[in-house]
Amino acid sequence: MNPRVAVRGASVFNELETLLPFVSKPIQYVGGELNAVTKAWDETDVRWVLMYPDAYEVGSPNQGVQILYEVLNEQDRVLAERTYAVWPDLEKLMREHAVPQFTVDAHRNIADFDLIGLSFSTELGYTNMLTALDLAGIPLHADQRDSHPIVIAGGHAAFNPEPIAQFIDAAVLGDGEEAVLLITDIVKRWKSDGEPGGREGVLLALAQTGCVYVPRFYHVEYLPDGRIHKVTPNRPDVPWRITKFTLMDLDAWPYPKAPLVPLAETVHERMSVEIFRGCTRGCRFCQAGMITRPVRERSITGIADMVENGLCKTGFEEVGLLSLSSADHSEIADIARNLADRYEKTQTSLSLPSTRVDAFNVDLANELSRNGRRSGLTFAPEGGSERIRRVINKLVSEEDLIRTVTTAYSNGWRNVKLYFMCGLPTETDEDVLQIATMAREVIRAGREASGRRDIKCTVSIGGFVPKPHTPFQWAAQLDHESTDARLHKLKDAIRADREFGKAIGLRYHDGKPGIVEGLLSRGDRRVGNVIEAAWRDGARFDGWSEHFSFDQWMRAADTGLEGTGVSVDWFTIREREYTEVLPWNHLDSGLDSEWLWEDWQDALTEVAVDDCRWTPCFDCGVCDQLSTEIQVGPTGVVDLPMPAPRLSPVLVDRTESTDQVART
Amino acid sequence: MAGIPKDQAPKNQAPKNLPPERGLAPTIQKLRLRYAKRGRLRFSSHRDFQRALERALRRANVPIAYSAGFSPHPKISYSNSAPTGVASEAEYVEIGVTEICDPELIRRELDAALPPGLDIVEVVQAHGSDFASRLEASLWQAEIMATEAEVRQAIDSLMGESEVLVERLTKSGKRIFDARAAILSLVVQVQESNAPESDAYVILHMVVRHITPSVRPDDVLAALKQVGGLVPQKPVRVTRLAQGPLNPLEEVSNPVGDPFDPDRVLA
Repeated sequence: MNPRVAVRGASVFNELETLLPFVSKPIQYVGGELNAVTKAWDETDVRWVLMYPDAYEVGSPNQGVQILYEVLNEQDRVLAERTYAVWPDLEKLMREHAVPQFTVDAHRNIADFDLIGLSFSTELGYTNMLTALDLAGIPLHADQRDSHPIVIAGGHAAFNPEPIAQFIDAAVLGDGEEAVLLITDIVKRWKSDGEPGGREGVLLALAQTGCVYVPRFYHVEYLPDGRIHKVTPNRPDVPWRITKFTLMDLDAWPYPKAPLVPLAETVHERMSVEIFRGCTRGCRFCQAGMITRPVRERSITGIADMVENGLCKTGFEEVGLLSLSSADHSEIADIARNLADRYEKTQTSLSLPSTRVDAFNVDLANELSRNGRRSGLTFAPEGGSERIRRVINKLVSEEDLIRTVTTAYSNGWRNVKLYFMCGLPTETDEDVLQIATMAREVIRAGREASGRRDIKCTVSIGGFVPKPHTPFQWAAQLDHESTDARLHKLKDAIRADREFGKAIGLRYHDGKPGIVEGLLSRGDRRVGNVIEAAWRDGARFDGWSEHFSFDQWMRAADTGLEGTGVSVDWFTIREREYTEVLPWNHLDSGLDSEWLWEDWQDALTEVAVDDCRWTPCFDCGVCDQLSTEIQVGPTGVVDLPMPAPRLSPVLVDRTESTDQVART
Repeated sequence: MAGIPKDQAPKNQAPKNLPPERGLAPTIQKLRLRYAKRGRLRFSSHRDFQRALERALRRANVPIAYSAGFSPHPKISYSNSAPTGVASEAEYVEIGVTEICDPELIRRELDAALPPGLDIVEVVQAHGSDFASRLEASLWQAEIMATEAEVRQAIDSLMGESEVLVERLTKSGKRIFDARAAILSLVVQVQESNAPESDAYVILHMVVRHITPSVRPDDVLAALKQVGGLVPQKPVRVTRLAQGPLNPLEEVSNPVGDPFDPDRVLA
């Protein structure tokens, strides 16, 4: 890129505008959303770009980015703007016309900012980060940057940032709200003090907090067989371990207060209210459930206020009550009843994207759809056989499921969606084939309960990818050939069923993308070269099947891992031993590694554990380490007052205007 | 909703999935809105505007009427909208409300509830149901980066033809149609003499009749390129200045009338 000579913080919109007539969906690049913030460049001291490294339609509804955007912009003299990955059609034009990666708020070059915070929900956004940095003229390698922005990774994937260690300056683990404020303070002080120590100075100040990981201050040594020998600080003044941020008291952080309302169509055309954070169900495959512990509930009043306030500020028609397992909120029945009462005669609909398999969940769904259509309900048994569900600690029996779907179908729901995974540890063909049996029983029960033959069951299957900081972090991933073979057997079994086959829909993806995700999830610093090689070969939007190329990644792995003695298979389909130093061992999610290992052994012997919200502690380590405990109700509030009716400001005096109508 | 024939219906019939009962108030007033699509929001598509308007109606708490049925829709009807990327000063939409509203208050509140760039310009109470037929033609303004001579020459060539077939990619594939017949006039606007020299845009006003298949400004520009060899140096910026009834030819300065005139007269 040829860096343009421009005033820092100047808008590049005029240059961009001439390109927009030639790209698809130009609206996603122009900003101007309701509740977006713009501030004068010169009236701010610390300036952040927040990037969700995927297309605008996926990135703009992201809660994490919206929360941090608002938390930062609420601060005096702090600016936060947003940027998203541009589609290849615009990328090409931007390169031809030397237009840099821009923010959608004020269309500034992202290279002009102090900090770039990236939210990685998935590892498949890594190549999009490289595109953005490159378009902005920021060196891809952190050690080649000087006055450039400090690039910080966050989000779930940041719990193992080692594969992108060479591209980022820092990583933050856990909840971002307090983290961004802490970082802002450090950068503000560093700037006002005349930037002591230069770039390294500010990174050192961040590292010394003990909760910002700066990869350059840590050295990785390898054993001759390719495993990691140790990861150690390469200077005496940084901590050995980096801990995650944990926000307590969600009621004190009711963000987003003014959710963004995009003009462009996005993947979630609704407003979201996070009703709790964390999960203690203990599903062994679930990284989110493990790394976001402990459970912290928002109160019923806090939730109701956020719903009403958000609706007033956005005009959305649907509100999603979000969390990892929403039906598990200790006051969910009261929440659902109160909100359903409140919005009963309105066009507002409420949704609970919960997948818990029990009849109570159906009751909740019935309550929330009181004044709406009952089309589909989703449940996630995750495993086809009772045995494999014990392995993954998804405590659902076949009877539970049949009872649940029976309740659903007899209450007027017509389509039940079931989520499963393929490639789970210890899984055999038989475990997966039982998905077909289960779906058949679901349809049979549904036909009986509803008295109709037009009911449906959709089976969605995802390939299992072992993730860091979970009991399955040591597991071998199933190779993509075996995944595909297993799924084909399942497909054949469903197709062969004359009586029920046509009522069962099957959705799945082939196993190849999962292998790349597995490489990026459990990779170490050596995988960085693979990412760069794949990106240089054209890898973009790897989470999109129409853009993803397995061959491209395998070619990149051949060159990127050359001479290391390790391979894609080594990172993915190899089981790890207890003694192996995992790339993320120095990053502390709060989980005790002894506990994780025991839970892994319990998985192998098919021993299930309960949810610690309702049963005694299993010593996963999180509460001890944070000196906290799970935060659940009851708050004692059972009935909420109705919100003050919103007056319609557009009416005229009725007596007068009825005449007017009569005249027409 | 496909039912089951009675003879096949099983015993334990589940509750029917009936549309919910709601306080469905009838439409008692219709309002016509003129809105503008300005600046960077000209890149919004028609669907983008629809979503934005529906949300704005809820934010402003306008007592919008809803259709009955499983998925009730607000009663909003749109007239022919400007293409994505084209700005407009004259887009029209009609809404049904369940209480009598003051048109000017609606204008103010809705405008405040929409993002800047989507602006409600005027609201009138609807009179008559002939609104669509009032929109006979559009006046488009094109800012073309080319010399005035080039533009004038292209206009002359185009207007000299009786038919110019152009091609457009539609959802159903490539389509070839005549762009010439719909064009009523192409007039280069006289520039202010104090315009800066670097400002090499030629302002062209195009009056195009609404016919089927519709001829859009990019079709006219395609025809100018095809017949008159006009290739602007930058993408042409287009704005719809007006749409409405065609005024008599002698009203050269104001070829397209205001479609709200009948509503105002009857009010």
